Amino acid sequence: MTPSSNRVIPIVESSDKGPIEPPAGADAELIALYEAHKKIYPRSVSGFFSRWRWATVFLTQLVFYGVPWLEWGQRQAVLFDLGARRFYIFGLVLYPQDFIYLTGLLVISAFSLFLFTAVAGRLWCGYACPQTVYTELFLWLEKLTEGDRSARMRRDAGPWTAEKLARKFGKHLLWLALALWTGFTFVGYFTPIHELGAEFLQLSLGPWENFWVFFYGFATYGNAGFMREQVCKHMCPYARFQSAMFDKDTLIVTYDRERGEPRGARSKKADLTTLNLGACVDCTLCVQVCPTGIDIRNGLQYECIGCGACADVCDTVMDKVGYPRGLVRYSTENAVSQHWTRSQTWRHVLRPRVLVYTAVLGLVVCAMVAGLALRTPFKVDVVRDRGSLARIVGGGRIENVYRLQIMNATELAQTYTIAAEGLPGLTVSYDEHLIVEATQARWVAVRVQIPYEAAQPGSHAIHFKISAPTLERTVAEKSVFIVPR
Amino acid sequence: MSDFTSNFWSIYVAAITVVAIVACLLLLWFSGKAKAMTAHDNTTGHVWDGDLREMNNPLPRWWVWLFVITLVFAAVYLAMYPGLGSYPGALTEKWSQKGQYEKEVAKGNAEVAPLYAKFIAMKPEDVSKDPQAMAIGERLFMNNCSQCHGSDARGSKGFPNLTDGDWLHGGAPDKIKETLVKGRVGQMPPMAAAVGTGDDVKNVANYVLSLSGSPHDSVRANLGKSKFGVCAACHGMDGKGNQALGAPNLTDDIWLHGYGENAIIAMVNNGKVNQMPAQGEKLTEAQIHVLTSYVWGLSNNAVSK
Repeated sequence: MTPSSNRVIPIVESSDKGPIEPPAGADAELIALYEAHKKIYPRSVSGFFSRWRWATVFLTQLVFYGVPWLEWGQRQAVLFDLGARRFYIFGLVLYPQDFIYLTGLLVISAFSLFLFTAVAGRLWCGYACPQTVYTELFLWLEKLTEGDRSARMRRDAGPWTAEKLARKFGKHLLWLALALWTGFTFVGYFTPIHELGAEFLQLSLGPWENFWVFFYGFATYGNAGFMREQVCKHMCPYARFQSAMFDKDTLIVTYDRERGEPRGARSKKADLTTLNLGACVDCTLCVQVCPTGIDIRNGLQYECIGCGACADVCDTVMDKVGYPRGLVRYSTENAVSQHWTRSQTWRHVLRPRVLVYTAVLGLVVCAMVAGLALRTPFKVDVVRDRGSLARIVGGGRIENVYRLQIMNATELAQTYTIAAEGLPGLTVSYDEHLIVEATQARWVAVRVQIPYEAAQPGSHAIHFKISAPTLERTVAEKSVFIVPR
Repeated sequence: MSDFTSNFWSIYVAAITVVAIVACLLLLWFSGKAKAMTAHDNTTGHVWDGDLREMNNPLPRWWVWLFVITLVFAAVYLAMYPGLGSYPGALTEKWSQKGQYEKEVAKGNAEVAPLYAKFIAMKPEDVSKDPQAMAIGERLFMNNCSQCHGSDARGSKGFPNLTDGDWLHGGAPDKIKETLVKGRVGQMPPMAAAVGTGDDVKNVANYVLSLSGSPHDSVRANLGKSKFGVCAACHGMDGKGNQALGAPNLTDDIWLHGYGENAIIAMVNNGKVNQMPAQGEKLTEAQIHVLTSYVWGLSNNAVSK
């Protein structure tokens, strides 16, 4: 919206003049602060960006719906077993102690979003966000049953007929089926999905499984079917702070006002120079396809999720009327205002903000990969006996007792050996055959002895060395040995 | 909360809560009714910095309804659960922290009852070979016994080792059970006066050490042998102890109250009263049965774990 000078009324600085009066000359009116939701009927669109969006829809949903069905040895390849507190991700068995990797994953996700946003605006929102993806799928089902925008609007405005009822019923049936399948798949990450399928068919799901299948299904149905753009506009926290990552070199969907204005309908054969018109034919298709219902020609608005539907549809119109493409396009604020070429725009991608995000992201990714690669496939906790400090046993040796929890993070039973060092003449004994079953944890009482008077009374640092011969790995854990007076 | 003063603070807190909820509702109501001045182009007419204009962006109505739902939820919640001053809530009989706790305990007990019923019908020797029973036994031991006997059950100074074959009061299952239920008091009277001089005590100590083949002064041990007679009343002429009295065997290399000459001299001079607390009140009969089996298994099953 170009601010026209007659509408600019400076705010009154002093507050002792009472409430601000409606400006003289502007037609003041009274309007409510709450409004009923106006339904948006986005027209379906095809084109370059639309194909990319569908590609990401396919890719992300192939992963989401497909991964729980993969098998890895005797178990589901990706399974978050909350009951047993084990996360299985292909060859990896994660314990609650491995929470740091989740932190790493979240940091990577956050910095990826920052980086993508700084470079290419709301790339995530428009292409890969579940809200967008499911809305896309639900819109597709809606088009299958109710037709495209104009048909839907006409039918919604018209009376209830048998056909309308059938079409609506069919739409909700398809929506519910997809939503339930989504909920089912979601729970399939936490309960083995094959068993879940059998239970689901026999209607014998547990209470929590039932709850989450239907709750997640309901959320999908509600968000993708009804809430749609309102989630982006009113609920999404990410949308609220994305503008902090924007600058004048960030890729945004932009309308080339200089080229387009003044807009207006015209005959295809008309001479533009005599008409004094810009390239915009004012077909309003860019408004019709917008999933958040905005007019991109008014400039960048917070509702814009950067999906490029308007760019796609405008390109088709430009092709039809024989103008060059790109009246609505992905570009940057600087590129548009300073008429940069493509290569000039590219040169401004690598700015300090982007480099810092890339560096931090790279660092965390490297740390995460290295951490996972160098991770010992078992963990040990050493707990000094809580009952007794020290004891003197036969032969006059001083004994301390420890409980070691050995957590086997492999999928084979492992035999472990425990040694310790740090004091002269120190010996270690424990029950024979220290076998820990696959993915299980076990507490073992370990006795450490030193000869009488081999060390001063007091506490001494010792180190346990726990080895798994078949894994060729040793874990060292510090503890203290107490010598009584 | 106001049992010993008055209801004032309860009413005060409840009133604040109710007024706050009602105020929220009223605020919502009036701000919804309130109309805003706008210029014709959906801006409020306010302009900052020359060209920054405030738009009227109405809140969607469903959002308002969500707000109303939270208020309704608050009202229902406060009516049903404790939260409004000292008002216990309509569900107080069915819902309270104490009630929740008791419900959980009852549920847990009901779950393990058939297990315990199975174990209690078995002989302790057999129970000690059941891995499930031993897992329960280990947890019972860790929670109730390890504080004194150590988490590996090997005891400490003054607290007997339960994994060896040496028993003060007998190691048969029924004896262990008796110890668990009733507890034990071990009493060694001060014997210095009966033994004789300090030198005599030292001699007896060396004799006691010689019984187990521990390092000792053989001359003193020979001298102490005759003085051991007063000890024999409880520990027996051969020093092998007496389980009926709880008198320890002195011929093995196990030293409950400390190793070496000094520790033995201290025992003879000062005596000792040692106590194992009774567990019969604290644990159920079934738990004692499993624990008995666990403890018996510690010293009798070759691979106890």
